[in-house]
This record gives sequence, structure tokens and C-alpha cells, in this order.
Amino acid sequence: MKALKELIYQLADDDFILAYRGSEWLGLAPHIEEDVAFSSINQDMMGHATMYFQLLEALGEQEADQNAHLRAPEAFRNAVLLEEVNGTGSYLHQPNYDWAFTVVRNYFYSVHKKIRLDSLRLSSYEPLRNVAKKILMEQQYHLMHWEVWFRQLLTSTDEAKRRMTEAMVKVWASFGGVLTLGPYYGEMVKANFIDDENVLKTRWMSAIKKVLNETNTNMLPGEPGMTSGNGRKGEHTTDLQQAIATLAEVYVTNPAVSW
Amino acid sequence: MQTYLSFDDLTNEEKYEHFMERIAAGEKIEADDWMPDDYRQSLIRLISMHGISEIMGALPEKEWVPKAPSLHRKLAIMAKVQDEMGHGQLLLRVAEDLMAPLGKTREHIMQDLFSGKLKFHNVFHMEAPTWGDAGMIAWLVDGAAIISQSMMLDSSYGPYARALKRICAEEVFHAQHGESIVLALAEGTAEQRALLQDSLNRWWTSLIMFFGPKSAKETGNSNADKNIMYKIRTKTNEELRQEFFTKYIPRIWAIGLTIPDETIHFDESTQLWVYKDADWNEFKQIVSGHGPRSQERLALRQSSYDMNGWVREALAAKKAI
Repeated sequence: MKALKELIYQLADDDFILAYRGSEWLGLAPHIEEDVAFSSINQDMMGHATMYFQLLEALGEQEADQNAHLRAPEAFRNAVLLEEVNGTGSYLHQPNYDWAFTVVRNYFYSVHKKIRLDSLRLSSYEPLRNVAKKILMEQQYHLMHWEVWFRQLLTSTDEAKRRMTEAMVKVWASFGGVLTLGPYYGEMVKANFIDDENVLKTRWMSAIKKVLNETNTNMLPGEPGMTSGNGRKGEHTTDLQQAIATLAEVYVTNPAVSW
Repeated sequence: MQTYLSFDDLTNEEKYEHFMERIAAGEKIEADDWMPDDYRQSLIRLISMHGISEIMGALPEKEWVPKAPSLHRKLAIMAKVQDEMGHGQLLLRVAEDLMAPLGKTREHIMQDLFSGKLKFHNVFHMEAPTWGDAGMIAWLVDGAAIISQSMMLDSSYGPYARALKRICAEEVFHAQHGESIVLALAEGTAEQRALLQDSLNRWWTSLIMFFGPKSAKETGNSNADKNIMYKIRTKTNEELRQEFFTKYIPRIWAIGLTIPDETIHFDESTQLWVYKDADWNEFKQIVSGHGPRSQERLALRQSSYDMNGWVREALAAKKAI
């Protein structure tokens, strides 16, 4: 049971925190059409997180809203890469956000999310299977969206290539945190909740290798790292504290009432 | 043998006459139809202002998107603000088609916004410091927008009328989303009710201003009259404001809020609401970029435009290949 909950917390928090980071972009995307598309994706991802929080509630964890808004940072299980700020400044004041980082982070994450969902579709835990199937229907489009951006920017101006390459190096340094299933991984696999993390990782690496090859880009060296800590163990940065403080700002003024 | 005169052979006066006959007959004008410059300019002014207002209007609400106080509210407000961006896109496309014969593009709209030449709606120059404002904007500002946009559903310009049909359908959901936030606060704790009353106090004057002055003499501007002549719109500012009062004042009172205007009442003899008018000089100041948040919002829009310049260049280069 502990392993199952840990897994669902990872799934919930990955989507929840990345959707939050995406929502900070609202109104600031490179063009209006992208603002519409990106906010739709973020809304979907927030919806995915909500479904996972509801699964947790059904397993005896806190009520979904409390779980999303009231947990301490160390109780979050998202990968550290997904909590990282979009850039300097804030979403309200002088944002200096990096679109290349956003494209690479979302694309790499979407490729992995698809692989992970394909595995969860066959999970031994039926409610998770059902949620995975539902999410996959939307995830397909997210993946297509980010792949178009990724390929276009990697094969365009020198500046775009340079920015994308820098972003890839940055994302690669932390992507190991997305790939790991954390300390309970053995039990998760043994209970057939999800495939072995090494199997998922191999699939992810070959998908990335393929797209880099097709865009005449060198494969990144070595293994994806975990330079800023393992979020699956509750290790996080101040970026997560800031995110939680913002997303819970109104809720914490009175968690007992209806909003 | 009968000879046919082609439309191109008509004089401008004859074309104008033909055009006004079409307007009088309730026909829809389409993007490629002949239209007087004056009509085209009126539409460009109205629709680019409307479109850019939708986009600038996303900014005050955007402040509350990451902070919405439950998963349900987060999803709803994300969807709502996304719709507004979508409306902006739809309207800018309509404006772009009208501007194309003049050699102008969306880039010109953006530059006109940054230079202050293109104005956006007065309400989006205002502060939205609390969650109550997220509710108030969606309930009453969107409610006001439904009233003013519904009258243009039968606009003589076909592409605008069709865009508004889609927009109004979504605005109804927005007003319901706003009403739901407002009701939760109104039925909540004393603090929540105070939050809501504060917000209404803050927004009331802006809502009076929303529909514009009663007549041209307040601002010396006769665009509204011209738009009525061309059947782009069908009602005066004051008629719309009265409709808004009739629809919303009873609702505002019903949930226990006080309107910050002691004089407001319905006059049975004239069948009109009597109210304290806004200061139209203040209105002019606000829409000319001197509202409480005008410069911050423009700076946010401008900084996002600048920081993403390399992305637009990269996409343009791809297009050229």
C-alpha cells in the first residue's frame, strides 16, 4: 500500500507542479496562439493531477484540496526538475522566462509521461489503469505539441539552436529525477503497479536519441543526472517552497471553508 | 442588346449608396466586399480594441490563476482565462483581415498597443488585489461584456457577428464561474463577505465606465453614433448600462452586498435607474494609460514580447525555408 501511494504521489505531484509552472506563463507565451494551446495543456495537466489526488483520497489520504495545498515541501514527490522556476523575475513582475527551457522540459517530460502511462495502462491496480487510459487520450496531443516546438526550434536560427542546446544540457542534468521511481521502486515493480524504471528509462533514452538524430543534434553525453536532489525522497529546492506558497496563498487563509 | 455595368465601373458615390442599401436591408458585409473606408476604419478601431482588450484582460485575472483556492477553482479559472486569450486571437484575426488591404498586420496592432495609440478597455487598467476580484471580474465585468456584445450579434459585419456568437456562448460560462466564486464568498465567513464587498466597492465605478459615456458631449467622441449608423451596433451606451443595472442590481442586493452609490434607485415614472455618473475625465485618463495598473500591465505585455523575440525570429526563419 505504501508503495502504491508513493507511486501515485509521484504522478500527482509531477503533473501538479509542472502545470503550476505552466500556468505562470499565461499571457506571456511567444504568441497568442501558443498562449491558447499552452494554457489548454496546463489545464489538462492540472486535471490529471486532480484525478491522481482523488485516487489518493480513495486510498485514505487527505481530501484532494488539502493534499494539494497543505502539504509541507518534503512531502512532495515530484521530480526537482519540474519545480524549477521558468526563469528570473516573477509571473507578475518582470518575468524573464526561458521558452527554450520550457520547450525542452515539457517535451522531455511528455515523452516520459507517455511511456509511463503506457506502462500504467497495464498496472495491476485497476483504478490507476483507468485513469491512465483517460489521461493518454489528452497526452497524445501534448506530446505532439511539444515535439513540433522542439523540432522547429532545434532546426532554425543559430540563436534558437544555441538556446535549445543550453536548455537541453540543463534539463539533462536533472532529468534523472524524473526517471527514478524512488526508494519504493522495488515494491512497485514487484506488485506490478508499473514496469521496471530501467525499462522505462531505456524506452525514453531511445525515443530522445531518435528525435535528436532526426534533427542532426548530438546525443547528450552520459546518463541524465539528479544534480539538485531526489524529489522522490522528498528532497526539494526553495523553488518548490515558493511554488507552494503561491498556489496555496488564498487556500491557507482558511482551509476549513468553502471557496 | 442590354449592357451590364460591372460593380467596378460604378462611381464611389454609387458604390456607397449600394453599400448603405445593403446595410439598410440587413445584409451582412463580408471581408472581401467593397466597403467605405470610414466603415473599414470604424471596424478596425472597434475590433482591434476589443481583441486587444481580451488579451490585456487576461492579465488581471492571470494574477489569480496560480493562486486559485481549490483544484476545482484552479481548473475553472485556467479554462476561463484561456478562453479570453482565444477570444483575443479570434478577434485579432478578424481585424487582421480588415487591415490587410492597408498593408498592416498583427505586428502593427502590438506596436500600437505599446505606443499607446491602441487603447484597451478601462476595466483592465484597474487593480485586482484579492481573490474577491477574480470573482467580481468574471461575474460583473463578463456580465457587462455579455450585454454589450450581445447587441452586436447582429452586427452588419459578418465576420465580427460570427466571432461574437462564439464568444458570447463562452462568456455565459464565465459569468456563471464568476457567480459561483461570488456566491461561495457571499455565503462564507464574515472575512469572505468583507473581501467581496471590498471588491464591489473597488469595481463599481469601473463598471459604470464600462459602457462608455451617455453621449458624445462627455468625451467629444462620436464613434458610438457612427457605429449605430452602420449597424455595427444597435444600442446606445446608456441603454446598455440600464440593461446591466436591471439585470445585476437586484442580484447584487439579493446576496447582501451594498452598492457604493447611495443615490442609486429605479425611477418608476421614467422606468430608468438613477445613479451617480462616473467622472468621464478620469475615464479618459485611465484609458489613455494613466490608470492604476496601466503601465505595469503594458510593461508585462511588452517584456513578454521582447523576451520572446528570438522565438518569433526562429519561427519566421522556418517559414522562409
